Amino acid sequence: MPQAINLETLSIPAARTAITSGATTATALTAAHYDRIAAVDPEIHSYLALSRERAFAQAARVDSGELTGSLAGVPIGVKDVLAMRGTPATAGSKILAGYHPPYDATVVAKLEAAGAVLLGKLNCDEFAMGSSNENSAYGPVRNPRSLDRVPGGSSGGSAAAVAAGLCVASLGTDTGGSIRQPAAFCGVVGVLPTYGRVSRFGLIAFASSLDRVGPFTRTVADAATMLDVLAGPDPLDATSSPTAPAAYAAEMDNPVAGLRIGVPEEYFGEGLNPEIRASIEQALTRLEASGCTLHKVSLPHTRYAVPTYYVIATAEASSNLSRFDGVRFGLRADEANTLAKMYRESRDEGFGAEVKRRILLGTYVLSAGYYDAQQVRALLTRDFLAAFEQVDALVCPVTPTPAFKLGEKTDDPVQMYLEDIYSVAASLAGICGMSVPCGTTTAGLPIGVQVLAKHYEEATMQRVGKAIQARQTA
Amino acid sequence: MSEAVTLDQVRHVADLANLELTAEEMPRMARDLNAILGHIAQLSELDATGVPAMAQVSEMLGSATATHGEALRRDTVLPSIDRAAVMTEAPETDGRFFKVPKVIER
Repeated sequence: MPQAINLETLSIPAARTAITSGATTATALTAAHYDRIAAVDPEIHSYLALSRERAFAQAARVDSGELTGSLAGVPIGVKDVLAMRGTPATAGSKILAGYHPPYDATVVAKLEAAGAVLLGKLNCDEFAMGSSNENSAYGPVRNPRSLDRVPGGSSGGSAAAVAAGLCVASLGTDTGGSIRQPAAFCGVVGVLPTYGRVSRFGLIAFASSLDRVGPFTRTVADAATMLDVLAGPDPLDATSSPTAPAAYAAEMDNPVAGLRIGVPEEYFGEGLNPEIRASIEQALTRLEASGCTLHKVSLPHTRYAVPTYYVIATAEASSNLSRFDGVRFGLRADEANTLAKMYRESRDEGFGAEVKRRILLGTYVLSAGYYDAQQVRALLTRDFLAAFEQVDALVCPVTPTPAFKLGEKTDDPVQMYLEDIYSVAASLAGICGMSVPCGTTTAGLPIGVQVLAKHYEEATMQRVGKAIQARQTA
Repeated sequence: MSEAVTLDQVRHVADLANLELTAEEMPRMARDLNAILGHIAQLSELDATGVPAMAQVSEMLGSATATHGEALRRDTVLPSIDRAAVMTEAPETDGRFFKVPKVIER
């Protein structure tokens, strides 16, 4: 492994060039990543399991010339809520300890078909429930940019691993902000594709009308390359969209001049950290300099997004998580002598406090009839559809604050849930979104800017994201 | 909807969800549920009369509703996951069936 390759900044095209030029091999690049994981990850704790055998077998197929796809030899990590045949899948929960899925998630199969080398499974909040990665039953992840701070959640391991040079890209999932928020906290790119754009087959479900799979990368162009591989209909996922995906990487080079950028006033209110506000305003100025026009827009129901989300997501979770009962996989409480006791004791031992809290809340809202939440969801979606009649994309903050300290919010669930204030509305509406690094605070903590676009307009969204990123590095 | 959730209600909901809460967990969960439900109560400020409920994103996109199973794949026989691979994941099995403790208490 030549010293010239810096794993912390390596992009997908740079990795591909290093392999195809003979400067390195897929096997050497894989080994270099495992060496770095061994050296750095004890401090960060982003990986829960390594899939060495599978990774080196795949790297050998790349080096032999058998695999030549767009990700051939590129080392990638996978959030531990996605199935990789034979590799542990815990969803960050004790209740799935010892479970080795006997099949691959569609996204896992697609990455490997494109030549990617899958290094292992990345830590996350238990069943993807959390905004800080402190809810993992296997211990928290630390933010590589500042070790006493959280990496965000729930895809904290996926964001931290990319930020720390422990994989070139990773897969995460986003139900209420779980890709965009950790991407912002760790200073990497995170993309939430439109609901239905990327298959969820093989994803351990949290809230099925909201769950989505998307990539973490170091550049916006890398995210487009990943999306080209991941997007598309899947006969194994009835919620995947039958419409053909765009050519995301190819469309990246179209100029942004003439695009109409909306600035939603509700996302710049009280509670927004002033340094984040200033950073986003600078990004807007840069977009204007690139020929975009800026327009004030209103998304009037924004303040109802968090309560709506916590009704719908928990109701769906209470139903989805009923499958964990100690019968077919994972943990079983041994001492129970009847079936009913076995269910209860397995779930009691297996689930952590936040998961129990959400199951209880979801069961309560279902039994008490909070049906109006689905009507408010329609109102929130109409807000976006109306805005996208006037503008091509929205630009706003991802989070109200930069990464907070470990333990800072664990005692107050409402405070923790309000972390999601700028991310959940897009989740409920099903539109696409992304977080793009946008400078740092004076304390050196990363700031993310959120770009949102209409359903299936990922190409437009990524062009705006790239313009923001390019202007910063220029 | 705004009345506080009592310990008895928490116990009842835990029962419905097949969760067993310890004596220490119970008051903590009641406190948290009340805090979260207090936040959720602001939804009642909105008058959503006449707004259709949205359960799925596709419903809002004006795309044709799948009424004849268009979203589903063809019902053809495909190889599925090998039974032996599935059964080895089970906590207790005889290789053909999942084994569980007795269902009826005496």
